[in-house]
Amino acid sequence: MKILVCIKQVPDTTEIKIDPVTKTLVRDGVPAIMNPDDKGGLEFALQLKDKFGAEVTVITMGLPQADLILREAFAMGADKAILLTDRKLGGADTLATSKALACAAKQLEWDLIIAGRQAIDGDTAQVGPEMAEHLGIPQISYVAGLEYDGKKKFTVKKENEDGYQILEFEGKALLTCLASAVKPRYMSVSGIVDAYDKEVEIWGADKLQVEDTQLGLKGSPTKVVKSFTKELKQPGEIHEVDAEEAVELIVAKLKEKHII
Amino acid sequence: MDKSQYKDVYVFAEQRDGAIQSVAYELVSKARVLADTLGEKVVAILAGSGIKKDAKSLIAYGADTVLAIDDANLKEYVTEQYTQAVYSVITKFNPSIVLFGATTIGRDLAPRLAARLGTGLTADCTKLEISEDTKELQMTRPAFGGNLMATIMCPNHRPQMSTVRPGVMPKADPDANRKGEVVDFKVDFDEAKFAVKLVKTVKEKKNTVDIASAKILVSGGRGVGCKEGFEKLQALATVIGGEVSSSRAMVDAGIMPHDRQVGQTGKTVRPAVYFALGISGAIQHLAGMEESETIIAVNKDKFAPIFSVADLGIVCDLNKVVPLLTERLKKEIK
Repeated sequence: MKILVCIKQVPDTTEIKIDPVTKTLVRDGVPAIMNPDDKGGLEFALQLKDKFGAEVTVITMGLPQADLILREAFAMGADKAILLTDRKLGGADTLATSKALACAAKQLEWDLIIAGRQAIDGDTAQVGPEMAEHLGIPQISYVAGLEYDGKKKFTVKKENEDGYQILEFEGKALLTCLASAVKPRYMSVSGIVDAYDKEVEIWGADKLQVEDTQLGLKGSPTKVVKSFTKELKQPGEIHEVDAEEAVELIVAKLKEKHII
Repeated sequence: MDKSQYKDVYVFAEQRDGAIQSVAYELVSKARVLADTLGEKVVAILAGSGIKKDAKSLIAYGADTVLAIDDANLKEYVTEQYTQAVYSVITKFNPSIVLFGATTIGRDLAPRLAARLGTGLTADCTKLEISEDTKELQMTRPAFGGNLMATIMCPNHRPQMSTVRPGVMPKADPDANRKGEVVDFKVDFDEAKFAVKLVKTVKEKKNTVDIASAKILVSGGRGVGCKEGFEKLQALATVIGGEVSSSRAMVDAGIMPHDRQVGQTGKTVRPAVYFALGISGAIQHLAGMEESETIIAVNKDKFAPIFSVADLGIVCDLNKVVPLLTERLKKEIK
């Protein structure tokens, strides 16, 4: 079995702060990490490899420094890594990103594609399903469990707000996984040592066999017309008081608002 | 493309087991406002099996037409079946705008459709407006974990599509006398493409209270600390008729279940009263609750960012305040 895993390098958004004076994002010093849901997806792939023997290829589209998460994937147990990087891919929205990744996937052999549900910098959850559509294969999103019968049938647990669904398929498909569903393995010591000896294949847009008009900014139907930090509402009263006074203040506020 | 060929605002009216979801009414209400600005119609797409009984309720909230796709293939949500159904509506009527709830269904269906249609899709919007000059849809959404807001447009492709998180758009007051029609729509399914088989659907009693619909939320963060602390919050919530919710830290620590999480990766809430107890107020948390009508924050740290959005901020130990407040409210409410 051959599995293609799509991963993304993202800023650790929990570390992002707003500059209180300029009201802009402070991105300096924010660590770049493998997106958590993608790491969950990689773990699902590696578990299939452990049980059934699979060749796991990781692919990412991004800047040259995304090499780092590919090395991390090697150290976790991935067999091959591809870095799709080209100026022509810059400024891509989800449709153009999914197009590029789908075209890359068409150059490769695989039985299953695994991605993360969504990336923590964009939170869109769109690239996986869009990629599946471009490839003409089914998708299952919000994957919390994955089993394989060793021959051809996959059984998938898909989470939703009210519980879950159990779905089955044979043949090719694309799954988007939840980080919360698995505990990704740590990089092994020997894996870390070997990770830098392994070769990351670098692909440019010319490898994708698709017109440039479908890639990057040109291939993106959506345009960001404005970005801004959120205006928070005006703060109200603040009191440093003991617990008894605190209760009085809260009760008065609840009465003022006709809650009690 | 000739954009003048595309008009009207369509809403994917999500139902589960025949029950039209709250987000569908929220979207129809918003679609009404957008359509009135454009001088166009609102059409709700109601897909499922045996779903027509409540179809008129969508009219009461602002739909002019409800397209009912009643088909056994749509009994439960599966991606390809629903994609084919909604795709055939969109390609037949050429709407200008299509809105979906940002639920596990909407966030699965909308991107699949966007790729099939070759159009743009903006996820998890918190604001939708029509631009004054070009009459196009301006979609505003949080990015970078809620740290940044971005306004996005889809200038050269149609339809303009977006998903909207449940609880974000206010519902209109329903008007049972509003005029509108329910129209049947038939879909010719290509069943050969149904490659994924649904084996079973399991409903989990997750002790699911929908915190997004609670009028009062008693929400705890790191300052509450442990399960016992949350029991005290529960006692307060019970007295005041509210629900307990929490910040992400307590969910990550395994103390509270995910369905109680408020914030960017949890739920968006706008209750009448939001108690923020021992919550410092990371921007991701504020993104999920700052629209609450009244915010009462208790925190030991007077520099906690939560105080920047609180109507009433109390710098004090919540563990002392909560039991006293619970006792006091028992007397007040009796």
